[in-house]
Amino acid sequence: MFFVMNSQFYCGFNRYKRMCINSKKMEKNEKLIELRGITKEFDGTPVLTDLNLYILDKEFVTLLGPSGCGKTTTLRLIGGFETPDKGDVFFEGKRITDLPPYKRPVNTVFQKYALFPHLNVYENVAFALRLGKVAEKEIARRVKEMLKIVNLEGFERRNVEKLSGGQQQRVAIARALVNQPRVLLLDEPLGALDLKLRKDMQVELKKIQQRMGITFVYVTHDQEEALSMSDTVVVMDNGVIQQIGTPEDIYNEPKNAFVADFIGESNILDGIMHADKLVEFSGHTLECVDGGFEKDEPVDVVIRPEDVDIVPLGSVPIHGVVNTVTFKGVHYEIIVDVQGFKWMVQTTDYAAPGTEVGLRILPDEIHIMKKSKYSDLYGDYSTYFDEMDKSGAEATGDEN
Amino acid sequence: MKTKSYMARIMAAPHILWAILFIAAPMLFVLYYSFTDASGAFSTENLRLLLDAKYLTIFLRSMAFALVATVICLLVAYPLAYAISRATPRAQKVYMMLIMLPMWMNFLIRTYSIMAILEDNGFLNTILNSLGIPSVHIINTSAAVIFGMIYNYLPYMVLPIYTVLSRLDVRLLEASADLGCTPAQTFTRVVMPLSRSGVVSGVTMVFVPSVSTFYISQKLGGAKYDLIGDSIERQFQSAYNYNLGAAMSLVLMVIILISMAIMNRYSDGEGGLVA
Amino acid sequence: MRALSKIYTILIYVILYAPIAVMILFSFNSINSTGIFAGFSLHWYQELMKDAATLTALKNTLILAVLSSLISCVIATAAAVGLSKMQNRMLRSAVETLTDIPMMNPDIVTGISMMLLFVFVGMRLGLSSSLSFVTVLIAHITFNLPYVYLSVMPKIRQMDTHLTEAAMDLGCTPFQAFLKVELPAIFPGVLSGLIMAFTLSLDDFVISYFTTGSGFETLPIRIYSMTKKRVTPDMYALSTLIFLAVLILLILSNVAQRDGKKKKK
Repeated sequence: MFFVMNSQFYCGFNRYKRMCINSKKMEKNEKLIELRGITKEFDGTPVLTDLNLYILDKEFVTLLGPSGCGKTTTLRLIGGFETPDKGDVFFEGKRITDLPPYKRPVNTVFQKYALFPHLNVYENVAFALRLGKVAEKEIARRVKEMLKIVNLEGFERRNVEKLSGGQQQRVAIARALVNQPRVLLLDEPLGALDLKLRKDMQVELKKIQQRMGITFVYVTHDQEEALSMSDTVVVMDNGVIQQIGTPEDIYNEPKNAFVADFIGESNILDGIMHADKLVEFSGHTLECVDGGFEKDEPVDVVIRPEDVDIVPLGSVPIHGVVNTVTFKGVHYEIIVDVQGFKWMVQTTDYAAPGTEVGLRILPDEIHIMKKSKYSDLYGDYSTYFDEMDKSGAEATGDEN
Repeated sequence: MKTKSYMARIMAAPHILWAILFIAAPMLFVLYYSFTDASGAFSTENLRLLLDAKYLTIFLRSMAFALVATVICLLVAYPLAYAISRATPRAQKVYMMLIMLPMWMNFLIRTYSIMAILEDNGFLNTILNSLGIPSVHIINTSAAVIFGMIYNYLPYMVLPIYTVLSRLDVRLLEASADLGCTPAQTFTRVVMPLSRSGVVSGVTMVFVPSVSTFYISQKLGGAKYDLIGDSIERQFQSAYNYNLGAAMSLVLMVIILISMAIMNRYSDGEGGLVA
Repeated sequence: MRALSKIYTILIYVILYAPIAVMILFSFNSINSTGIFAGFSLHWYQELMKDAATLTALKNTLILAVLSSLISCVIATAAAVGLSKMQNRMLRSAVETLTDIPMMNPDIVTGISMMLLFVFVGMRLGLSSSLSFVTVLIAHITFNLPYVYLSVMPKIRQMDTHLTEAAMDLGCTPFQAFLKVELPAIFPGVLSGLIMAFTLSLDDFVISYFTTGSGFETLPIRIYSMTKKRVTPDMYALSTLIFLAVLILLILSNVAQRDGKKKKK
C-alpha cells in the first residue's frame, strides 16, 4: 500500500491494473510522450530540475501544483514553445526536443484561449485546416463536426470577442482539436470561468477526451479539478515532481507533507514509528496500517479532517477542547485544541465551543509519511480563523 | 526558439540601420559643424560668437517669449481641459475634435490669417472702426508674437491635460469628498497632483516648438523680434554660415534638454505625450 | 459655475476658429484684399485652378506623403514587431531612444541636422546640388518613424502573447504567424500610425524647407514663398479647400467608427 519512493518515475503497476479494469480504451499502453532529465532555467532561476515523466497514449494526465511550480513550463516543453537546457523530449520514441511547435503533432488550448480576434468562430476553428490547403468542402465538414462536439453549432459567424468565457473556451478547444492532434495540451483552461461553469466544463472536457480518444495533458492549480478529471495526477512543486499517481493514490496516500497539504485539508503531526503498524503522536501510541520504517523513526502523520470522529470524553485516548465551530452546510468544521495543536475536524455532529471531546481515529485513517524537507512547513490550524494575528500563529505554531 | 529571434533580427535591422544613418549621424554632423570653421578646422569660435550681446539677447528673448507663451497656454488650457473632461462622453469627443481641427490647417496659414486679422487695416480694426471704436495697434509687437505662439500651440497643451483628466477615476473625487474635502480642496489635493504628468507633457509640447519657431516672429513681429529659429534659418538659407547655424542648434538642443530635465523632475513618469 | 465654464469654453473656441472663419470668408472676396470684404465671388478659386505651380506643389506633397508614410510604416512596424521579440532589452531601449529623437527635437534642428548630412555627403560625392526629392523623402521617412513606432508598439503590448504561439501550435511557421495573426491583431495601430505619418508629412513645412531641392516644391513651401510677399486670397481659397477636405475626412472616419461599433454590438 505504501509507496517506496526512490524514484520520481511513475510507479505504474497499480495504476495500470486499475485502468485496465476501469476503461476499455487502454488497449495499447505505449509511452506516447516522454520527458527525460529535463532541466530548465529562466534568467538563472531553476524552473525544472531533472524532471522525468512519461505519458501514455489516450490518458488524461494532470500537472498539478502551486503557481511557479514548473507545471506550465513542462507543458510548454511538450508544445515546443520552450527548449530545455538539459534533457530531451520524446514523442513515440523519437527525439523532438528541437522540433518547432508547428511541426509537432500536439495542439494547445491556451490559458486565456488566445483566439484570433480578427477571425470569427468558423475561421478560428478552420485556421489550421486552411494552412494545410484542405479543400473548402472538407474544411466546412470538419469545422461543423468540431463545433458539434463542443456544442457550438450555429455560432459560426459570431465574433469571438463577443462570446462568453465558456463559449470562447469551447472555440479554443475546437480549434485545437480540428487537426486531430495525438495530444491536446490544456493550460489552466478553466481558470477564467466562474465556479458553476467550471464544474460543467470539467464534465464536458472529460467527455470530449473520451469521445476523441486522444491524450490530454492538463495543467491546473485546482486540486479538486485535478482529482475529478484525471486518470493520472502529477503533483509538482519547485520544479520537482512530488508524486505521480491516480487521484485516489494522491489523496489517500500522499507521499510527503507537501502533497498532503496541497491536496485537500489535512492535519499533519509529528510522530514516531515504534514498530510496524504502531505509531506514537500527540502523546499516545496508536495502531495504524503502515509499515516498513526503521524502529523509532520520526515520521509525518496525516489525518484527514473528515476521518476524525467526535466522541464522548474517555472513550478514546486523544482528547481536546473545542475552539470554534463553523457550519459549512454539509458538515461542521470544528477546530479542536489537543495539547496546543489545533486539529481540524469535519463532522456532522455538533460540539459546543469550550466542551472537552474525544477524537476517534481508526487505524486505516492514519497515514504515515517519511520525513521530507516539507515536514515542518505545515503546522496546525491555529491560524485558520485569525490569519491576521501573526504573533498568535508564531506562538501556537509549535506542534509539541 | 532560434528561428524566432533570427526573424526578429531581420525585421528590426532596416529600422536600426535607418536610425543610425539618418538620426544619429545628422546629430553628429551638428556637433562636427559646431566645432569647426568654414575650412573644416577645429574651432570654438562659433560658440564664442554666441556669447556676443547680439546673440545672447536673441537667446534670452526666445526663452522669455516661449516661457510666457507656455505659462499662458497652461493657464488657458487647464480650465478648458477640465471643463471638457466633465462633459458627457459624446460632448467630450466633439469638443476634442474641435480642439484638434485647427491643427490640420498648415501652421503657416494659421499664422498668416492671424496676421490678416491683427493688421492695422486688417479685419479686427475694420470691425472696430465700423463699431465706432478707434483702431488698435497689435501687429509687430511682442504681444502679437506671443499670441501667435499661444494660438498655434494651445491644442498641444489641452490634449495631454485632457487625456489625464478624462482618465481620472470619479471615485477618487467621491472618496476625497467623503473624507471631508470641499470641492476646492478636492481640486488642489487630488485632481491637480494626479494631472501633473499631463501638465508636464503639455508644457514640453508647447515650449519646444515655441522656443524654436522662426515663422511666427517674422510674420507677427515684423522682423523686430529675432528669435533663435530666425537666426538659425538665416545661417542656412541666406547667410550660409552653416557652422554658426549648427552651433546655435546645438545650444538650442542643450536649452531644451535642460528644460526637459527640469520638467521631468516634476513628472511622475507617466506622460501623455502621444494620446 | 456651470455657466461660467460654458462661457469660457465658448470664448476659447471663438478665438480658435476666428482666423479660420476669416480665412474662409475672404477666400470668397471679390477684390484682392484680406482686410475688407467687398462681396461674394468664386474668383480666387478660379485663379487657384489656373495656378500651375500650386497644383504641382499639391501633387508633389501628395506623392511625398504617400511614399514617406508607407515606407516609414513598413520599416517601423517591422522593427516594433522584431524588437518586441528580442530578449535584448538594452538594444530595444537604445533603438527607442534614438528613434524618439526626431519627435523630441525641434523641427528646425531635425531639418538642419539632416541638411548638414546631405550637404556633406553631396559635396564628397561631387554632386552639383545635394538636395533633391530623395533627400526630402528620406527626411520625411525619418521623422515619421517614431510616430508609427509609438502607435504600433502599444498594440503589440496589448496583443495576447499567446496568439503567436497559438498560430505556430496550429501549424504556422514564424513568418506565416506574423502575416496571418500578428499583423491583423496590430493592424489598428499600424493604420493609425500610417494616417498619422501621412498627415504629418502633408503638413510639414520646416523639415522640408531645409531638406528639399529647388526642383521639388511642396505645398507648405509654396505657401511659405507666397506669404513672403503680400498674400492674395487664392491662398485662402486653397486653405479653405484643404480645411474642408480634412473636415469631411474626419467626419467620415467618425461615422465609420460609430458604424463599426454598432455592428459589433
